[in-house]
Amino acid sequence: MTVIAAQFTYWVTIFIAIAGLYIVIARGNLIKKLVGLSIFQTSVYLLYIAPGKLIGGTAPIYSVDFAIYSNPLPHVLILTAIVVGVATLALGLALVVRIREAYGTIEEDEILAQEAPPDAVATPRP
Amino acid sequence: MTSHFPILQVVLPLLAAPVMVLARRAGITWLIAVAMSAAVLGMAGWLFVQTGAGETISYAIGSWPPPWGIEYRIDAANAYVMLLVAAIGLLVALYSRASIAAEIPADQHYLFYTMFALCLTGLLGMAATGDAFNLFVFLEIASLSTYVLIALGRDRRALVAAYQYLITGTIGASFIVIGVGLAYLETGTLNLADMATRLPDVSDQRSVRAALAFLTVGVSLKLALFPLHLWLPNAYTYAPSAVAAFLAATATKVAVYVLMRLYYSVFGAKLVFEELAVGRVLIALSLAAMVIASAVAIFQRDVKRMFAYSSIAQVGYITLGIGIASETGLIAGIVHLFNHALTKGAIFMLLGCIALRAGGVGFDRIAGIGRVMPLTSFGIVIGGLSLIGVPGTAGFVSKWYLVVAALEQGALWLAVLVVASSLLAIVYVWRFVEAAYFNAPSAHIAALKEAPAGMLALSWVMIAACIYFGLDTRLTLGGATDAAGALMRGWP
Repeated sequence: MTVIAAQFTYWVTIFIAIAGLYIVIARGNLIKKLVGLSIFQTSVYLLYIAPGKLIGGTAPIYSVDFAIYSNPLPHVLILTAIVVGVATLALGLALVVRIREAYGTIEEDEILAQEAPPDAVATPRP
Repeated sequence: MTSHFPILQVVLPLLAAPVMVLARRAGITWLIAVAMSAAVLGMAGWLFVQTGAGETISYAIGSWPPPWGIEYRIDAANAYVMLLVAAIGLLVALYSRASIAAEIPADQHYLFYTMFALCLTGLLGMAATGDAFNLFVFLEIASLSTYVLIALGRDRRALVAAYQYLITGTIGASFIVIGVGLAYLETGTLNLADMATRLPDVSDQRSVRAALAFLTVGVSLKLALFPLHLWLPNAYTYAPSAVAAFLAATATKVAVYVLMRLYYSVFGAKLVFEELAVGRVLIALSLAAMVIASAVAIFQRDVKRMFAYSSIAQVGYITLGIGIASETGLIAGIVHLFNHALTKGAIFMLLGCIALRAGGVGFDRIAGIGRVMPLTSFGIVIGGLSLIGVPGTAGFVSKWYLVVAALEQGALWLAVLVVASSLLAIVYVWRFVEAAYFNAPSAHIAALKEAPAGMLALSWVMIAACIYFGLDTRLTLGGATDAAGALMRGWP
């Protein structure tokens, strides 16, 4: 029990990561895959942020009243990672819109069915 | 001025990108792309010459001294990779003008060059940086622009290929961040050189080994190590020809460099290859790539797709060199990185010439093409010979070193497998020869003309380099020896 409590954030991180990856693999809907991908990325944010926080620690602004400070670097890194994640999600969604225009569906199996002969003659995009 | 080259060669394409968006006119953006690539090649060449004597250039961004600030650390290994990326970048920039005219709508040309500039930024940044998190950021810059470049293909399947690559690529990048995060938690630093000095003290920690595992899997996804290669065939096949040539020659190669750097300079060869069995796993996966991907390549119905599978096999030869974990093995891997980039870049550029004239590169469309496009077809044959490793071509040099490295370890079976898998390359190259030369051209093919002189000339520059570096190995082998030495010495 104490093992779980002491490493609580890591257990949450692992759960979120695996849940996200499972969605990416198991769902055939292209939007749901992107949702899973975002959940997976969120677990990474938690992995970085959680160890940066000390119980009782404050923002790292020097003051005589405080002795314990939280490490600000993980927050800065994850701010960057969040921006990258948003850009990835936006690009992924934009691609899904274009796929919907070209195929009329966003279900992976229906797209594959339309491309049944894998090396057939190129189909020009409408 | 020259002291700022490590950062300038990364910042210049980054700044060129928004300028191109504002310029909008296809001709002007092309000129910007060429000028920018030429300047980057000049700087990369200068850095290559400077680091040749075993010197390490450390550049502190914003004058914040490492390990607190972000450091760019250039030695013989990454200078070699940056020279390769910059040289291919310039050739592809010149080549792309005529190539994309037929493949991308004219109003999107400026966006193509913008994405090309951003991709170049990302790849050069990955090679130059000495900071673990900075590495991830540049990896994502390169990846995001790559997804867009692939999606520009005129076939609608390019969209699906880009989407699939986005999903796998992002999982790979996230694995890299997890690996960097675990190493950061254990060492408290993000500077790779600083991390390298602190890792030996904690190398028995499970989280360090987990970090190594996550980084290995993440980078392997990016370099398309078997069996993490599934994104690659579609991405190369449906991307515009210029993009396929650029990606095949640079993207996977930079990822290979990152893997070498992490193994040798950061985690250290002792931990990776002696205490852990990473080397043996790499050898097993590389052999699988060499044999299975080559065999799969034989059965493709599209020439571009066939050479895409061949790329997976050739990446196998490079990682085999890393897996052998001796200096000769490393030299073989680095030399093959360079030679394969030249060969595959040339082949994809020539396939772009065929796609331009014939409208596609399926085997049914290229029957008899050797009679109407003799120079293009002959170039592909020479590139194919280099893939096989025929003496006199660049591919021979790297395969020779690979065989020597295997024999040094007393692994005769490994040397035999390297040669045997090259026989598979003969089969798929022969398929092209048979289709191009031994079939009668249809009326449609017979009416075609030879490719535009500009595209052909640039492709032949690469083919000529394949032959030149097969005969004069001073630059490639000398650079690779310096690079392997720099990697073996480690960073601190």
